[in-house]
Amino acid sequence: MINKPEPVKIGPHLLGIAGLSLDQVHFILDTAEQFVEVNTRSVKKVPSLRGKTIINLFLEASTRTRTSFEIAAKRLSADAINISAGTSSVTKGESLMDTAYTLQSMSPDVIIIRHGSSGAPHFIAKLLDKTAVVNAGDGLHEHPTQALLDLLSIKQRLGRVTPLKLVMVGDVLRSRVARSNIILHRLLGNEVTVVAPPTLAMKHFEQLGVRICHGLNEGLKGADVVMSLRMKFEYLKDTFIPNLDEYSRLYCLTEEKLKELAPESVILAPGPFYRGVELSSELVDGPRSLVGNQVENGVAVRMAVLFLLSMGRGGAQS
Amino acid sequence: MTGKEPQHLGWSRVMDGEEVRRSIARISHEILEKNRGIKDLALVGIRTRGESLTDRIAKTIEQIEGIRPPVGVVDITLYRDDLTSSAQQPLVRGTDLPFNVDTVRIVLIDDVLYTGRTVRAALDAIIDFGRPRLVQLAVLCDRGNRELPIRPDYVGKRVPTSKNQNVRVRLLEVDGEDGVFVFSPR
Repeated sequence: MINKPEPVKIGPHLLGIAGLSLDQVHFILDTAEQFVEVNTRSVKKVPSLRGKTIINLFLEASTRTRTSFEIAAKRLSADAINISAGTSSVTKGESLMDTAYTLQSMSPDVIIIRHGSSGAPHFIAKLLDKTAVVNAGDGLHEHPTQALLDLLSIKQRLGRVTPLKLVMVGDVLRSRVARSNIILHRLLGNEVTVVAPPTLAMKHFEQLGVRICHGLNEGLKGADVVMSLRMKFEYLKDTFIPNLDEYSRLYCLTEEKLKELAPESVILAPGPFYRGVELSSELVDGPRSLVGNQVENGVAVRMAVLFLLSMGRGGAQS
Repeated sequence: MTGKEPQHLGWSRVMDGEEVRRSIARISHEILEKNRGIKDLALVGIRTRGESLTDRIAKTIEQIEGIRPPVGVVDITLYRDDLTSSAQQPLVRGTDLPFNVDTVRIVLIDDVLYTGRTVRAALDAIIDFGRPRLVQLAVLCDRGNRELPIRPDYVGKRVPTSKNQNVRVRLLEVDGEDGVFVFSPR
């Protein structure tokens, strides 16, 4: 007898991985896999969100994420509108609250927001009662769709999402991608190790349920998935690391290191990444790398999120 | 539908297991007759019960002609016209058409034909994959009350119903038994 899967309610917003249940995570991934198929067709469009208005409110720089959300919205036949910081009234000093109210008066169905302040999406979600809010990265807090697309890439390559040993290398302190991934993998029950110099991986991170290692070789041992986190150049004037050469000598990921310490591992690198600093070119372009899939899967996951948040809202508003 | 629906609660059976199986056999023969054989034929089932029916029809055709026709499945969740008004969360299960859609004659297969909106959505989904030579429609049960100009080419049984009635098809593979039931509220 066919076992009929049950749909799981997602929504009304996607503000972070925190607050998602295991069932919801699996349901989003399953739905995203269907959209991977849609993206292989020659007509990469389905009429599901026809007539819906989706606003990309990107008040912080982004190319990948914003384009990915825009493509996702358009492939669902929605009308996608991009608002970015430099060209909006934010430059005239308009507050986030007023921006949100102005946008709501245009009756958007979804607002996707990236903002430099942690909690901005939550703030907007409280203000707007008829619009679904998606967090595309808020300050140092979370970037939920990135963690979900990373998980999809892992699932496609390794055939499972648990049990896994995940090792994250790099600027964990200032990475919202790291936070979302840590919460997600701890929810799945996976072992998470964080490798970084002591200035970037502090002892209190252990409260998140991760193991901290300051030595790359020790941390990499037995990893199934290695995630390289971007060194935040824009903060280099802060004295977290002496200089890039030293960081690179101690923490750069190379094929030799992985072959020796984690021969079966795959590597993820939410971009942009710096070849030769965080990881070698050979790794980025080699067979371990899931970097190419991450981009494709990004559109599929975002289509799934937009689709699920827009659906099932007829009748009583939840 | 979860368990067996007892007769006294308003459900009546309009087709039993034997009738279902005979109808499927007849439809399979009719498909071959109308299309003069199996050449360029492809069967596409509409999820979920359409899938099981398609499989049975494919098997029957294989027994008659000696070759199994290509079989596909279409999920109309992304193409429905009632998604935003429905309060239910949709479940996307995916469409798979493992043949060249531009060269085939498709027989679309579903369990119940009612308003015709599901078939319309299925046609949209198929046409996104290519331009089939033609599309025919086979249904186990036609309950009338069309809201769109859609008509079936092959029908198991016609069961005229009113809008406040409910029709359920149960299949061995999905529900554990074969049968077509009508529910009439008292």
